[in-house]
Amino acid sequence: MTVTDEKSQVRRKAMAVLADSDTAEIAGRLAGIAMPAHENLREPENGLVMVRGRIGGDGAPFNLGEATVSRAAVRLATGEVGFGYALGRDRKKAQVSALCDALIQASDHADAVENQVLAPLRATVLSQRKRKAAETAATRVDFYTMVRGEG
Amino acid sequence: MYVAVKGGERAIENAHRLLAHERRGDRDVPELSLDQISEQLSLGVDRVMTEGSLYDRELAALAIKQARGDLIEAIFLVRAFRATLPRFGATEPVDTGKMQVRRRISSTFKDIPGGQILGPTFDYTHRLLDPQLAEGGAPELPAQSEAPSATILRVIDILGRDGLIESSPPADDDKPVGDLTREALSFPADRDLRLQNLARADEGFLLALGYSSQRGYGRNHPFAGEIRLGEVEVEFMAEDVGFAVPLGSITLTECQMVTQFKGSAAQAPCFTRGYGLAFGQSERKTMSMALVDRTLRARELGEEVLAPAQDEEFVMSHSDNVQATGFVEHLKLPHYVDFQSELGLLRKLRKEFTEAAEAPAPLQEAAE
Repeated sequence: MTVTDEKSQVRRKAMAVLADSDTAEIAGRLAGIAMPAHENLREPENGLVMVRGRIGGDGAPFNLGEATVSRAAVRLATGEVGFGYALGRDRKKAQVSALCDALIQASDHADAVENQVLAPLRATVLSQRKRKAAETAATRVDFYTMVRGEG
Repeated sequence: MYVAVKGGERAIENAHRLLAHERRGDRDVPELSLDQISEQLSLGVDRVMTEGSLYDRELAALAIKQARGDLIEAIFLVRAFRATLPRFGATEPVDTGKMQVRRRISSTFKDIPGGQILGPTFDYTHRLLDPQLAEGGAPELPAQSEAPSATILRVIDILGRDGLIESSPPADDDKPVGDLTREALSFPADRDLRLQNLARADEGFLLALGYSSQRGYGRNHPFAGEIRLGEVEVEFMAEDVGFAVPLGSITLTECQMVTQFKGSAAQAPCFTRGYGLAFGQSERKTMSMALVDRTLRARELGEEVLAPAQDEEFVMSHSDNVQATGFVEHLKLPHYVDFQSELGLLRKLRKEFTEAAEAPAPLQEAAE
């Protein structure tokens, strides 16, 4: 894996956590970090994406229906460009996610963002998933066979 | 005859004011919030998202509130809204195989890897009205047990291993994905377009068609190979970012119907499949969709097209409840001029009829 790929993977994973997190949670944790100078490269905006499925679940793609998406892009004074994309119409979520994406690319801020923002958000997302999985598992059917007589 | 087309502005304005008042209902009763609709009428929200063809719970809840609970009116509102936003592009096709499953059942095998997982279902309830719900109160918290960590395999893949079931049609990178929101429908339509049409189709219409196919109007002897509900991650290839960006998760319901196929000269007998996919928890919708997807493959599989559910032009042209509503309900708009001309014609015909009846017998015969 090249360095760029590794970096992209880190960013992708961070974006996945941010997309699953609450805007207020992200913003609240981000507020605890000394924010470097930055500017909006793309003002936060709402739009649509066409969600695609696959015929039979694994075949040729088809258009299922659209979803609302918010997106933004920021640039730090040091040059790093961050992007924020999230389902829904919450421009602020796109904005704070873009800031996080820019900061994790800046070596001076990457650790702080990981430790103070992403790690706690990831823990929340994982615990929510775990709870849902456990609630789901409790509805799994245990079949048993009625045995007549002795052997 | 000249008919005035002006006027009515004040009546319309006051009618809408009255509508807003009626929508609010008794002002002593607390007003519904969008959160309440989204959380407590969630299957209605799912239907509006699916048939409105727009995944956005908050907007669907707003539409339901504005439409006073009329889901087809709400779907209409959502469809109209989507025209106000630009489209950034299409997502990567979602992978339902990696779904975080909340329900997964199969009627074909009892013992399936991962098990029969009932999830939040109306199945096995007694369908007795619950007076406790009328009083309100918090229900028990859900039970929990240890969850397996592995991804839950598709039931269909178990049959697929032995070649007993057809595989899904492979992707063709050279062929653009059909989009009926961009091009007008033409027939015959490929399966991608048919599925897009069925995904946004009226649930009741598909339910009736699917039901008709089970009762013998079109050949269908299906099994529910698998129904699954859960969260799926959506990714979008953002050119500016340079890689597929995760957008978050959406809730989907998927249904794989399995249907007997006796084979042809070129193909050994095997099971064929019908596919259903919809936003949210939409089980009846996806089951009906999968039935109709299969009946619409009649031409492809060399089956005789005899029933409405097999006729793609009939199904696809009448499946959209926004279009259907538009055409049915336009009848209540002023047709004064049209009606006057019909009235004139009818008066003339009746006059001729009376004259013919009063004429001597031989002429009367001639008139018949």
